[in-house]
Amino acid sequence: MSAGGAGPTLVLVVIVGVLVGCGVSLLLERSLTRILLGVILLGNGVNLLILLGGRPGVAPVVGTGAVEEMSDAVPQAMVLTSIVITFGLTAFLLAVGYRSWYLTGDDEVPDDIEDRQIIRRAERDEVTTEDLGGEGADADPEQVDPEPARRRLRRGEGVE
Amino acid sequence: MNRLLPLPVVLPLLGAALTLVLGRWPRLQRGISVVGLATTLAVAAVLLVEAYRHGPVVLAVGGWPPPVGIVLVADQLAALMLVVSSAVTLCVLLYSIGQGQADAGESAPVTIYHPTYLVLTAGVTNAFLAGDLFNLFVGFEILLAASFVLITLGGTEVRIRTGSTYVVVSILSSMIFLAAVGLVYAATGTLNLAQLAQRLDALPDDVRLALQLMLLLAFGVKAAVFPLSAWLPDSYPTAPAPVTAVFAGLLTKVGVYAVIRTETLLFPDGQVAPLLMVVAGLTMLVGILGAVAQSDLKRLFSFTLVSHIGYMIFGVALSTVAGLSGAIFYVVHHITIQTTLFLVAGLVEIRAGSTDLRRLGGLARLAPLLGVLFFVPAMNLAGVPPFSGFLGKLGLLQAGVADGGALPAALVAAGTLTSLLTLYVAARVWNIAFWRSPRLATDEPAVRLPALMVGATVALVALGLALTVAGGPLFDVTADAAHDLRDRTPYLRAVFPAGTP
Repeated sequence: MSAGGAGPTLVLVVIVGVLVGCGVSLLLERSLTRILLGVILLGNGVNLLILLGGRPGVAPVVGTGAVEEMSDAVPQAMVLTSIVITFGLTAFLLAVGYRSWYLTGDDEVPDDIEDRQIIRRAERDEVTTEDLGGEGADADPEQVDPEPARRRLRRGEGVE
Repeated sequence: MNRLLPLPVVLPLLGAALTLVLGRWPRLQRGISVVGLATTLAVAAVLLVEAYRHGPVVLAVGGWPPPVGIVLVADQLAALMLVVSSAVTLCVLLYSIGQGQADAGESAPVTIYHPTYLVLTAGVTNAFLAGDLFNLFVGFEILLAASFVLITLGGTEVRIRTGSTYVVVSILSSMIFLAAVGLVYAATGTLNLAQLAQRLDALPDDVRLALQLMLLLAFGVKAAVFPLSAWLPDSYPTAPAPVTAVFAGLLTKVGVYAVIRTETLLFPDGQVAPLLMVVAGLTMLVGILGAVAQSDLKRLFSFTLVSHIGYMIFGVALSTVAGLSGAIFYVVHHITIQTTLFLVAGLVEIRAGSTDLRRLGGLARLAPLLGVLFFVPAMNLAGVPPFSGFLGKLGLLQAGVADGGALPAALVAAGTLTSLLTLYVAARVWNIAFWRSPRLATDEPAVRLPALMVGATVALVALGLALTVAGGPLFDVTADAAHDLRDRTPYLRAVFPAGTP
């Protein structure tokens, strides 16, 4: 903070910019470890940004100085809360990354399987699911259904 | 009366602590959870009546007067959300208890389930009651942290894979929200919503627009509005059925609630209304087209969930009393119906062994009750008269037509098309999973569905039907709430009876 209480120094503003910028570019990676580092940097950048929003000055304790010179305590309180929250979220993300590495051998975030299937089907111009009853000509549900249905039900009852 | 106000937040938190300590006695754990949520529901109902009759209920936490301390505010919108959300969470809790008793396999809820679930509830209620931007952030964080645990429950490979997407996206949106909170404080010197309403008005237009867009961006991710919605269908379907159900019902709606609150109380001038309308239309269409392509029941419902968020954003973008009233009604309707559909998907999974449409068939004959339980909410979602989905859509479309302009007219057309496509999707699921020749994904003999699970689902279906029957009175409440939101004065006067400092 600047000494005269005239507002934030340029240095702090630049630090916020650098932290957030690095954080965002790390977040764009696929590996959870790098994303984790990105979250840490981004979180610190945002926390500093909050701190910049308040008025700088001496410690805001009644009796230690003139009221006009005191710094704004609200952003400090907010930053404390948000540091704790960021810390908790980071810890959880670390746990997820570790678990992912433990289970699959790496911590990359892969594409969704269903998504890939649907894209593949779209490329081949296939229908997702047959809409018109069962398979083949003799699968008209109204005609062949009753028997298999009843058999299934009896078996279920027999077991119970 | 306002002494009741912290209870919806404190009770679930206390319950969470107790259930965590009593983890070794599952029966006691379940009892505490049910009693806690039932009491929350009762308190919420009392608050709604009070807010409807006498205006917003306000409590300064710890006795610190408003601009210094934080306030909890239950106006009609917040109280209505509280009632619906606690009713839905209670039903889902009963459902999950039923599921826990049914199978002791991999999907059985572990000890941590009940405490986390209660913390999630506390986060949701805290977000609804927050009268302070930072407290809203804290509410979001509480529910997000709990949802992280629930979505990765058991830590299997699939859940970790999908969960990591969810966790990273949520953390990013929280960071944006937090930065927005910091900037709002830097610009205005306060975080109290009522005080902000006045101080933001005094800001230059461009600064206010920047703050508004930043908050909207953060809430848009949470509410899964179109360009920011891709994370939802990837992450929701793999969680246990009750978890997906409560996420689908509540978490996105908390985002929608935050959008409604900020757009009406903080930024009432409708500067971004055209943007919101375009986004709402795209959300509806892209979402429902995604649902058409899906072959898994849970993923399909995730896409309809995204799609129907568009209706609510449309109502907010209209920013007329009729539009807001329709949006609030739609939120209430959609929380109930979407949760029900995911619970039904869970029942289908137990009965047929899968939710993959390619492996299902003829369930309407094998399990007629399941057929009814799916059919009613599905038609309700599609907006077939006389169900509440029809009433909500009708209200919104009427508001859109009344508004005039070309953009609202295009949105009305998009809304109608989405409704028809939803009907197509519902009919497709019905045809494939329930009507064609019977086939099941599992060869095991049919298990009897646990009574508690079916009972909880039936209760939610009944709640959806009750919304239809009580459509008139409910619309009165939402119209009244929308009126208060547009006026802003009831909220401001309730927080600062002696005028805003």
